Amino acid sequence: MADRPHIEPSRLRFGDVLRAGTSGLRTRTVRAVLSAVGVAIGIASLVGVLGLSESSKSDLLDQIARLGTNLLIVEASEGFGAGNAALPVEAVGMVSRVGTVENVSAISRLDAAVYRNDLVPEGETRGISVIAADETLLETLNGAVAAGNFERALANDYPTVVLGAVAAQRLGIDNVTTGVAVWLGEQWVEVTGILEPFALAADLDRAAMIGYSAAAEYFDGDDVPTSIYVRVDTDWVSQTRDVLPATVDPQNPEEVAVSRPSDALEAQAAAEQAFNTLFLGLGAVALIVGGIGIANVMVIGVMERRGEIGLRRSIGATRRHIRQQFLTESLLLAGLGGVAGVVVGVVVTAGYAGLQGWRIIVPPLAVAGGLLAALAIGVVAGLYPAMRAARMSPTEALRSE
Amino acid sequence: MTAPSGGVLRADAAADAPALELQHIVKEFPGQPPVRALDDVSLRVDEGEMVAVVGPSGSGKSTLLHIMGTLDRPSSGRVLVDGVDTSILSDAELSALRGRSIGFVFQSFFLLPGMTALENVANGLMYSGVAVGERRRLAGDALERVGLGHRLGHAPSELSGGESQRVAIARAIIHRPTLLLADEPTGNLDSATSQGIIDVLRGLHAAGATIVVITHDADIAMSLPRQVSLLDGRVQSDLRWPRG
Repeated sequence: MADRPHIEPSRLRFGDVLRAGTSGLRTRTVRAVLSAVGVAIGIASLVGVLGLSESSKSDLLDQIARLGTNLLIVEASEGFGAGNAALPVEAVGMVSRVGTVENVSAISRLDAAVYRNDLVPEGETRGISVIAADETLLETLNGAVAAGNFERALANDYPTVVLGAVAAQRLGIDNVTTGVAVWLGEQWVEVTGILEPFALAADLDRAAMIGYSAAAEYFDGDDVPTSIYVRVDTDWVSQTRDVLPATVDPQNPEEVAVSRPSDALEAQAAAEQAFNTLFLGLGAVALIVGGIGIANVMVIGVMERRGEIGLRRSIGATRRHIRQQFLTESLLLAGLGGVAGVVVGVVVTAGYAGLQGWRIIVPPLAVAGGLLAALAIGVVAGLYPAMRAARMSPTEALRSE
Repeated sequence: MTAPSGGVLRADAAADAPALELQHIVKEFPGQPPVRALDDVSLRVDEGEMVAVVGPSGSGKSTLLHIMGTLDRPSSGRVLVDGVDTSILSDAELSALRGRSIGFVFQSFFLLPGMTALENVANGLMYSGVAVGERRRLAGDALERVGLGHRLGHAPSELSGGESQRVAIARAIIHRPTLLLADEPTGNLDSATSQGIIDVLRGLHAAGATIVVITHDADIAMSLPRQVSLLDGRVQSDLRWPRG
């Protein structure tokens, strides 16, 4: 009798693992669906937030790429010295001689006001400034004409005016048919162009622009630039930015301020990213709550199905088989929630991004991560109920009824 | 070494080993004071026997059945199923032994809802690694043997109590076990239906099955060829009537 008898071990085929794992779901469908909803919400919000943030970020990055990150604006810095800080007249020429500079355009603010007609009380400018500009401005700023013409208007020796998008709107002008004129510097000036909004120079949207030669002749304009817009070789932006002050004003480089307007858009992208973290956190909380919901349903299921557990033990199931069955069930529940969540997340992303006209981007990492997270939740949620079911002795389980 | 029949291995079992042998079984449950449910029970059930175990409630009948079926281990003493000493087997090995050598019929049938009668019966072979198609074929045969060949596709909720118990019996015999254990199989049924269930069991016995029936019904016990009565955890009497 010293010989240990050989007992052929119980064996559960893979198909039967699934069959056993789904037996509880089939008879308790409503409960199964409800418990999977929690995980679905969590996964949907994770996938949705990541998808939407990628889509909106790609839109913002597209915008930045389209506008270029290589635009620099040179202006006199404020508050230093006696307040008469101004850029030197020769600044434009100096800047254009820097090797890495591709385009340069300057504007000069004029001491004049523009009104819809001669009856508007003086001073009610509605925030519209009058500036002198040259025909290279549009190219340097990647601007576009909404109506009329830009270059020809500014090349004229007699005054004709081009309105920025906001300025035109505030003056109530939406076309440039012959005869549309504004009251500018105590005389009627014909409007020959309206511009689209500038993405990187919003203050020009609120300006009325006149050619340099006409400005000098009719409005006491001089060549002292107020702002200089500089397009730089993309690979040399920051180096160029560092040398510009001394180039513009060798005597007082500290009175020259150089800004990079695309920084603002990049800051916006970063800010949206920070917001996402919050929503991701909320999604993670939903996921955890969903996992607890599954664990809860599983624990109840194990208590209710003691008889089934006892029966299975009596027809050959080992503790491992019982553990496997309930872990499978929990994995299926969470997996079901995960798949549903991914689908909802993708649909929401596609719908909203489509509505906004963004490119639809669903990061594969978010989908894979979402499914993995759901399965991980399923394992964690199922572990305790499964152990509990497996630990139950057959007699204890069979005593239930 | 391996006997090809039924897949059950009778490693060191002599050909004439009894289907079941209990040697000086004591079962105590912890408590203040400890409860001695079985007190030195020895019993031998030979192949092809049909035994009724009777006794008032609390006499240890159910505990005895659990120990016979290796669902529980005795505090002391040995249980030999088909010549195999179960005291040295691991929990997983006991599971396998139950799955291959023993069939159980319970008072409350334990049919799984959401599955047909046929699927419930086929489940009896789930943990033996038999493929689904083969399981279903054997389940059909088993249902024929209990006289339910016409109710294969019905759900448990559509079956009467007697039909449910027949399905449970079919599940217990699908793997042709060495030993069929029935724990109050008629406890939830009226007397006419009960007689039908007992007839099914008698029929299986006539075909060669070894069966132990636990019951508190004296009439049923009297109708079986051997009757073991328990009182306070001890065998009070062990009677055999001559056949016929």
